[in-house]
Amino acid sequence: MNINLTMFGQLIMFAMFTWFCMKFVWPPIVMAMEERKKRIENGLLAAERGRSEQEEAQVKAQEMINQSKDQAADIIANATRQALNMVEDAKDVALREASKVRAQAQAQLEQDTIQTRNELKNQVSDLVMQGVNAVLAKEVDAKVHQQMLGKLSQSLS
Amino acid sequence: MSVTNEIITSGSYIKHHLQNLTYGQFPDGHWGLAHTISEAKEMGFWAFHLDTLSVSFVLGVLFLIFFYRVGKKMTADTPSGAQNFIESVIDFINENVRGSFNDQNPVVAPLALTTFIWIVLMNTMDLVPVDWLPYVAQKIGVWFGADPHHVFFKAVPTTDPNATFGMSIGIFILIIYYSIKEKGADGFAAELTFHPFGKMMLPFNLFLEGVNLIAKPVSLALRLFGNMYAGEMIFILIALLPFWVQWSLSLPWAIFHILIVLLQAFIFMTLVVVYMDMAHQKER
Repeated sequence: MNINLTMFGQLIMFAMFTWFCMKFVWPPIVMAMEERKKRIENGLLAAERGRSEQEEAQVKAQEMINQSKDQAADIIANATRQALNMVEDAKDVALREASKVRAQAQAQLEQDTIQTRNELKNQVSDLVMQGVNAVLAKEVDAKVHQQMLGKLSQSLS
Repeated sequence: MSVTNEIITSGSYIKHHLQNLTYGQFPDGHWGLAHTISEAKEMGFWAFHLDTLSVSFVLGVLFLIFFYRVGKKMTADTPSGAQNFIESVIDFINENVRGSFNDQNPVVAPLALTTFIWIVLMNTMDLVPVDWLPYVAQKIGVWFGADPHHVFFKAVPTTDPNATFGMSIGIFILIIYYSIKEKGADGFAAELTFHPFGKMMLPFNLFLEGVNLIAKPVSLALRLFGNMYAGEMIFILIALLPFWVQWSLSLPWAIFHILIVLLQAFIFMTLVVVYMDMAHQKER
């Protein structure tokens, strides 16, 4: 139980062990543990970020869906309006065309009427002339009555 | 014990078990192994306890090799086996250091680890049945031509005050070193002289604080030594009983002793950390 040199041997040993532990044992173990801690932290952070991103994406997707719905409704409304317009336009065009055609036909008809009438007039006057000629050939000198007959045919027209 | 021609009294048995294997300087000047207890006593200060030194050295090296090899293979991925064990030990130490040490010093945590594991291992030698290692040592001694009754072997280093004082003096040196380093020589001197009663009571303060300072290593060493010595003593006393009743006492005592082994190492480690913290505190 006496105190002797053993104490110093023990002291030196203790110092050496502590030094070795500090230099070669402690750092790699603690470093690996720190690294794992960091990894876990990062993983948790990434998970958190992923979740928030997903939520954001969902919101965005919902927004986009709503937008496209609105757009589709707009498009449909526009198309309907346009179709109505087109129908109206077509009606207008058709009516206009029809009236034009009718006017043309009427003009043609009038012209034809006038022409026919003129022809008929001429034919009637010719006929009258022939009849008169035939009648007068016997009784009237054609040369004498020519002037009177011409005046007559002119008043008929 | 397997000694033939001498009658063994229980007194001599106990004494024999409590004697270290001593190598030192005889009064006439030459160095050698002490053959008897009185010879060992005569050597006085100039002697080594070979058993204490060798057992603690082997245990310390085992601890460092084990931790070093596992530490080299450490991965940050899923740990397994030995790494798990070591990480739990490191976590335990780290938690204690973080709890009681409020400064930054890369020495303290490894110091606490070394202290804790080394003391646990040395204390654990107490759980080896008291006669085994001395018996083996005796056989080896006889093989080298020694008288079997002159081969002493005290297997538990922490039952040798030299071991515990060696460690606590190391701690004492660190306390003084860090006190001076952190507070400056004047700051440390002021701490020793101006507290707790102010400048007028300087000698009294110095006496109080000096006792306080010296008490740290002394109490560290004596607490550990006393506990382990008493435990060892009881194991030796139990070993004196007839062999067929020994187990009924040694088993419960060994189970209880596991607690003491860990508890004493833990107390030592915690106090080391606390003392280091006190050495770093600038204002008290």
